[in-house]
Amino acid sequence: MPQASRQEIRFLLGGEVCIVRDATPTTTILSWLRDTARRTGTKEGCAEGDCGACTVLVGRIEDGNLVSEPVNACIRFLASIDGLQLETVEDLGGAHPVQRAMVEHHGSQCGFCTPGFVMSLAALKRTNPQPTEGEIDRALAGNLCRCTGYAPIVAAAMAAQPEPAHMRLDETIVAKLRALDDGTSLSFRRDGARWDSPRTTDELASLFLAFPDARLVAGATDVGLWATKLTRDLPHLIYVGAIDALRRVEQVDNTIEIGAAVTYADIEPIFDGLYPDFARLIRRIGGAQVRSVGTLAGNVANGSPIGDGSPALIALGAELVLRRGDERRALPIEEFFVAYGTQQRWPGEFIETIRVPLPAATTRYAAAKIGKRFDQDISSVCAALRFELVDGAILEPRLAFGGMDGVPRRAARAEAALQGRSFNEAAFEAAMLALDQDFSPIDDHRASASYRTRVARNLLLKFYRELAGETATRLEPDAYVHAIV
Amino acid sequence: MQSSDETTVYVAKPAVHDSAHKHVAGEARYVDDMAEPAGLLHLCFGLSSKPHATLDGIDLDAVRAAPGVVQVFTAADIPGDNDVGAMGLGDEPLLAADRVLYVGQPIFLVAATTRDAARRAAKLGRIRYGELPAILDIDAARAKRDLVCTPLTLRRGDPQRAIAQAPRKLASRMRVGGQEHFYLEGQVALALPGEDGDVLVHCSTQHPTEVQHVIARVLGQANHTATVELRRMGGGFGGKETQANGFAAAAGLVARLTGRPAKIRPDRDDDMVITGKRHDFDIGFQVGFDEQGQILGVEFDYAARAGFSADLSGPVTDRALFHCDNAYFYPHVEASSLPLRTHTQSNTAFRGFGGPQGMLGAERVIEEIAYALGLDPLEVRKRNLYGATERNVTPYHQTLRDDLLPGLIDELETRSDYQARRAAIRDFNARSKTIRRGIALTPVKFGISFTHTPYNQAGALLHVYRDGSVQLNHGGTEMGQGLHVKILQIVAETLQIDPAQIRLAPTSTGKIPNTSATAASSGADLNGMAARNAALAVRTRLAEFAAERSQVPPDSVTFEPGFIRVGGEAIPFAVVVEQAYQARVQLSATGFYRTPRIHWNRSEGKGDPFFYFAYGAAVSEAAVDLLTGENRILRTDILHDAGRSLNPAIDIGQIEGGFVQGMGWLTTEELVWDKQGRLRTHAPSTYKIPACSDRPRDFRVHLLDRPNREETIYRSKAVGEPPLMLAMSALHAISDAVASVADYKTCPRLDPPATPEAILNAIERIKP
Repeated sequence: MPQASRQEIRFLLGGEVCIVRDATPTTTILSWLRDTARRTGTKEGCAEGDCGACTVLVGRIEDGNLVSEPVNACIRFLASIDGLQLETVEDLGGAHPVQRAMVEHHGSQCGFCTPGFVMSLAALKRTNPQPTEGEIDRALAGNLCRCTGYAPIVAAAMAAQPEPAHMRLDETIVAKLRALDDGTSLSFRRDGARWDSPRTTDELASLFLAFPDARLVAGATDVGLWATKLTRDLPHLIYVGAIDALRRVEQVDNTIEIGAAVTYADIEPIFDGLYPDFARLIRRIGGAQVRSVGTLAGNVANGSPIGDGSPALIALGAELVLRRGDERRALPIEEFFVAYGTQQRWPGEFIETIRVPLPAATTRYAAAKIGKRFDQDISSVCAALRFELVDGAILEPRLAFGGMDGVPRRAARAEAALQGRSFNEAAFEAAMLALDQDFSPIDDHRASASYRTRVARNLLLKFYRELAGETATRLEPDAYVHAIV
Repeated sequence: MQSSDETTVYVAKPAVHDSAHKHVAGEARYVDDMAEPAGLLHLCFGLSSKPHATLDGIDLDAVRAAPGVVQVFTAADIPGDNDVGAMGLGDEPLLAADRVLYVGQPIFLVAATTRDAARRAAKLGRIRYGELPAILDIDAARAKRDLVCTPLTLRRGDPQRAIAQAPRKLASRMRVGGQEHFYLEGQVALALPGEDGDVLVHCSTQHPTEVQHVIARVLGQANHTATVELRRMGGGFGGKETQANGFAAAAGLVARLTGRPAKIRPDRDDDMVITGKRHDFDIGFQVGFDEQGQILGVEFDYAARAGFSADLSGPVTDRALFHCDNAYFYPHVEASSLPLRTHTQSNTAFRGFGGPQGMLGAERVIEEIAYALGLDPLEVRKRNLYGATERNVTPYHQTLRDDLLPGLIDELETRSDYQARRAAIRDFNARSKTIRRGIALTPVKFGISFTHTPYNQAGALLHVYRDGSVQLNHGGTEMGQGLHVKILQIVAETLQIDPAQIRLAPTSTGKIPNTSATAASSGADLNGMAARNAALAVRTRLAEFAAERSQVPPDSVTFEPGFIRVGGEAIPFAVVVEQAYQARVQLSATGFYRTPRIHWNRSEGKGDPFFYFAYGAAVSEAAVDLLTGENRILRTDILHDAGRSLNPAIDIGQIEGGFVQGMGWLTTEELVWDKQGRLRTHAPSTYKIPACSDRPRDFRVHLLDRPNREETIYRSKAVGEPPLMLAMSALHAISDAVASVADYKTCPRLDPPATPEAILNAIERIKP
């Protein structure tokens, strides 16, 4: 049943209702803030969601409470915050505890990245008033500072007092957000482009069937760059983030079903309990600003050979539920990736759900990515391995890699070398040798072909050592912080 | 002149950055935050897609026809000289006229009603290129030997003979990568047209005077027609010393030609593709040494990728040679530079200005000797340090006047527990299969002064208003380094008034003429003295006036916080000021300073180019994953010499920030060009500066609190650049961890940037 539609974007700016009628579908939050609203505290450092100078908070209602997440305003479209709250540095007023602590601890030098850091820290302290250094690192992974070396910012984050009660207006905001929602959905055209924010999956399915050339967008952590970097025309965007049903994670029998609009931030704690290495991987994808909006389904649908979600899911034996109109089909995820830039998807068809099998007692899983930088770097190689360990033997191995070919895919020969073998170093050494026949990677600016080949092999050995019980084999800042003595 | 043990009220105290409250509130204004004037034109360059080609046809019809485009400019539209080069050599056109020399070189300039329209239109140019052979790296450039400027050779003694006669000798080469500045605020300029051809340009630049001169040169007008102003930059690091010229000139040109205001703010990718970076180097050396590891003679050659034009490559490669000794005495030495022309961005100033690359050569020599002799590199370092009264002459024949390093290193070695930790790391490594650790202590000695002697001057302008409030201009620019707060402290100290009573006006060429770049760590040294001299002039007038009024000798008038004490009476500063005004005493003054004693004869390679040296040392501990080459710096201890620090809080910030920036250069930051000469790492998605989790988790930074022996401003020392080079300890710690795979018998020769790939390659190369 299609909802009544509305042409103007409505959201809360700070605590006030803001109605925007002159934005285009690709007007970013940042350009609207700086050029139209003249809130210039929010800065543009890169226009690609990597530096965090444009960090703002987007508030939404979750389970009746206000949840404020840090977002890169530079690549998120203004239309996607319809019905939500937008907070910028100006809303904190200047005397917020995080702002005071940043001053007292000399956390700014040139000051250009500072508003972004302030917003990320304000978001962190709301959910976690006493963060550890590791949690601060993770919260700030998407904020780059070129001046301070970060130490004083971390000190400020540790020292900042909790936000005082009088600054928290959550109940008021929740009430205002509720009042804002009259059940209509946003749909508008401007400057020859169209935007739709369907509210139900059925509505999405029929819209996409009618407009199969439209571009589906969720977190826009990639599509946003098509607008800001490639200045590409995007004549029709259909936003999936306003569909509550797609944001659900449910357990059905022995499967976890992940909706298409579920973000990395949503899924990370769930995987942490099931497949901790997948959660470790997710914690290294983008910064908090990317993880709060980027979706696992978007990472897969994008078809990128270097997305980290895909190899991790292929190794798990995940399945995609693809929907076209009212028809659904299930597809093993590795069959989705046909060739570079080509996916197994019909016009008007979209990923509705990702199904991930639950681990059995015999299941072993490992995943890791390699980049030049630990946090927020696109992988040169990403590897994931799942197998069943039954009576000391490796069964049903699924080994998948990203960054080794034009698509993320399994390593058939290495899997064959592991299948049925006793779980020992010799089996993995055989797989390492076989891996050379599985892939012929390329040289690029992230790594050479020879490094990719070598490190892919070595990751297998690392997986073996870890699964065999060797500890402290990774350099995660949380796990590995102490100098000797 | 102030003595070194003078008690102070405002200087030598920690004080927060003067803009800190505005930074955190988002209220600090940068050029792009200024309200846009009506009729503003937004500019975007159309860029070359070829590294070296003739321009056989420039078809801009589609650009002109694009929505929102108002006008399109090419080289033919430039009324004056088509040259935005720092040196004025005519080798750096604003817009390429008949040939392009790198991928990313501006060819045309679009002016449109919105920034988006300008960017879209700039992609529509149809350029016909006549492709020519391109020189894309140091190897190819060395074969061609096309230099952008005259190279330098430093020579003392007879190194060839010393090496030939030495009991031990070795020769090797190393590569050192370049570095993108990655200032968070990109290049930006906003030009407003005035009367009589005048333009006022707001520009994010470290060198307003040069920008002014370049705009005037491009417009074919006198310098007095262009005024350049800025409040602050969002980071500079050398990347806005000369690289703002082209952007500001473009804005000035369009404002002048159209009579409309014009702004240019390139997208980050364009910024990185257009502008120059830190020079990558190829360093060769041969060294003769004795069995104890003492260097007897050494020869270096430093080849650098200069890019397509001279820019500052001459002075940068000169400074590489000035630091080929780092902290070590070479009895016989020859070092020569090779600033090579390539068809890539024109490399430029970057914090350290060639010094860091120079020092890396010295530290590799030390490391090679240590592995050849089976010694701890720290032991070899100590054995080669400069002496106090002998072994104290540099390769450029300057005699060192102080020797802080031996004591500083000893203190740091103790504080950091270096020896015990080194032993514990060796134990750990013997037991650990996947992760290995390493530790290293490296020193820094950095020469302070512009090696271009005329730059060592500065001016200031101080106004005292009738209510006792003060407005101050000086020639330095604020890029986050805390120059302004230091100057406020200095003026407050001189006049004994609260810093809140003093307002620093934006840096403007209309207020202080003929300024030097805020560079070479000299900002506070030079402008601080000039500001103090301006304040002293007013102070002297006030003292003389008050003395005469009360009929007491002028030297009995003293200045105390908020008051002037005249013959036993403490009169508020503002009251004396108003009385002085009534008595027609001039309450405005200029101040000027030039660094004493320095001189430099480049053709002979001799002189005293540096007024003094800043010292420091760092100990870093690293962990390395032998399977992947991933790494982490676990702990860093620093002891650094800022003289008698003007502001210890600001200086510690400079040290921490400089260290992490240097660590990025030596580890994660890698510039990659493809075979077509295109820079592939042109945004933060592909070029990785350190993130928060990359900082040393355990980071202990201390100042060596020792007044400068030279008469600098309150006996402080410059602090902007030297700490960057402390990051050499991180590279050498990683190298130490790698060496464990060959039982410390082989020098890992780990060239920076030590990316995971470079580290894994080094491991594979040396492991038995």
